[in-house]
Amino acid sequence: MPAVYIVADNIYSPIGTTTAQNFERVKQGISGIKKHTNAALSDGSVYASLFNYNESYNNKSFKYSKFESLLIASVEEGVNQSEIDITSDKTIIIVSSTKGNISLLESDPDNPDLKERIALHTSAKLVAEHFGFVNQPLVVSNACISGIMAILTAARLLRSGQYENAVVVGADVISKFVLSGFQSFQAIGAGPCKPFDINRTGITLGEGAATMVLSTNLKYVDRIKVLSGAVSNDANHISAPSRTGKELCGAIERALTKSGLVPDDIDLVSAHGTATSYNDEMEAKAIALAGLSDVPANSLKGYYGHTLGAAGLIESILSIQSLKQNVILPTLGFETIGVSEPINICTSLTSKRLKTCLKTASGFGGCNAAIVFSK
Amino acid sequence: MNINNYITSNCTISKYVIYRNEVPVFENRGIDLPAFLLAAYKHLGLNYPKFYKMDKLSKLGWLASEVLLNGTSIKQYQPEEVGLILSNANASLDSDQKYIQSVSDIPSPALFVYTLSNIMIGEICIRNNFKGEDAFFIFEKFDAAFIETYVNDLLNNDILKACICGWVDVLGEDYKAVLFLVEKEEKDNSVPFTKKNLDTIFDNLVIDKI
Repeated sequence: MPAVYIVADNIYSPIGTTTAQNFERVKQGISGIKKHTNAALSDGSVYASLFNYNESYNNKSFKYSKFESLLIASVEEGVNQSEIDITSDKTIIIVSSTKGNISLLESDPDNPDLKERIALHTSAKLVAEHFGFVNQPLVVSNACISGIMAILTAARLLRSGQYENAVVVGADVISKFVLSGFQSFQAIGAGPCKPFDINRTGITLGEGAATMVLSTNLKYVDRIKVLSGAVSNDANHISAPSRTGKELCGAIERALTKSGLVPDDIDLVSAHGTATSYNDEMEAKAIALAGLSDVPANSLKGYYGHTLGAAGLIESILSIQSLKQNVILPTLGFETIGVSEPINICTSLTSKRLKTCLKTASGFGGCNAAIVFSK
Repeated sequence: MNINNYITSNCTISKYVIYRNEVPVFENRGIDLPAFLLAAYKHLGLNYPKFYKMDKLSKLGWLASEVLLNGTSIKQYQPEEVGLILSNANASLDSDQKYIQSVSDIPSPALFVYTLSNIMIGEICIRNNFKGEDAFFIFEKFDAAFIETYVNDLLNNDILKACICGWVDVLGEDYKAVLFLVEKEEKDNSVPFTKKNLDTIFDNLVIDKI
């Protein structure tokens, strides 16, 4: 089966509008997380990584919502760096989001057209038409693993030979809907999130978009590859992770096996690391069970917050940048290990020869995902 | 890869009728959807207290999976060998609307958790201890060609041995669930897993078994 190459990428976030800008700022320890006092979002003040409303999109254009404008801005920059023909019938666009246009439920009057306007397939179609993609767009919406699932789905469709190129884009917008929900679960941290730390108090939410352009075309043979990945379900609880981490470990093991690798081949683990008590504990157990306790691991939520449907893409792209530059990003917010397994959380910018990275995520519904990127 | 897989069971819930392998097994007209779902649950003799706290989407998908799997040999598989690939048009909008109404008062975590369509997959996995590959996709209309391609890829590459796939959509009183059990071996009354057969069953037409 053909290899899948990462041709181009973009991160469009509150800390930068290109991958290079984002990576440089993260290396400098810059975070998008700030304290926000905004009654439209939350009764009290809250920490989040949000776009400045006017900077985030062209609000003079009524055709596209904020969510769609983010998708378009990210795809535009990602595709501009690549030479792929987006109007070819061998190219597909895959959109990842958890809640898409859901904020329209808060802002727009209820009318018969609203359900169509909110539907994720409507947004995907608008974005596809904007760029001239000819194939029907594919939409992945599978809670917090959506971004990794979208990359994995793209890799499978490319490997099967059905398409030659895929543009994978993810985005989510933070509105009262999402924030109040996480607050109702008591899942939002008191301050900026502290992944894997003993004093972690919960999630910080964030907005962002990211794009990865993939291709099987052999002219990209020198690029970093998407090897393989896997998805699993805990079959345990709809809103709490597995107590053992066995199912995430199962997804990691299957991702490694399908990639033809063993744990020793992994140089970096980019964890989900939401900074909730249960998630980080489960992940640490899974990483240890998979034989990856000694491998440098990080969570990038301290820079971006949890960007939901964009998270898997943003964090994968930064990890791929880490492979390219042979530098491991520290886990902002982490000081003292606060999980029962002594995994190797990276705390400072570390130069190291890197070849292969494992990216993981888990989400509501008991879902887990793992994917491997390699030089 | 030219490997044949088979639809070994299917279930449709539409317009107040539940069909198993194209045969009606329950019908109750003139009541609203929540009442219909509860009536079906009782008629089928199911005993699963978690059912009562599910949202309409999960109830619909869960009931369809119960009917789909009843009498099959699904238990022969290891947990990691069974997965679910589901799709719909409206994601969890039915529950999203209910949740946003609660926000102005006290936001309800019990409602918020159902504002993700893949929670339905989680509910079916918890019931049956399925731990394999799953995914939730959003399409304007049921896309049999995509389901055929994607599920064949999972089965033919030994990622799964059995896959429950299809469509479960709810918005208000509009709903439709069509689930297919796809396995590698041909069984009595199974039909080849093809786009044509998926569409025929989805549209509730008579399937050509020749």
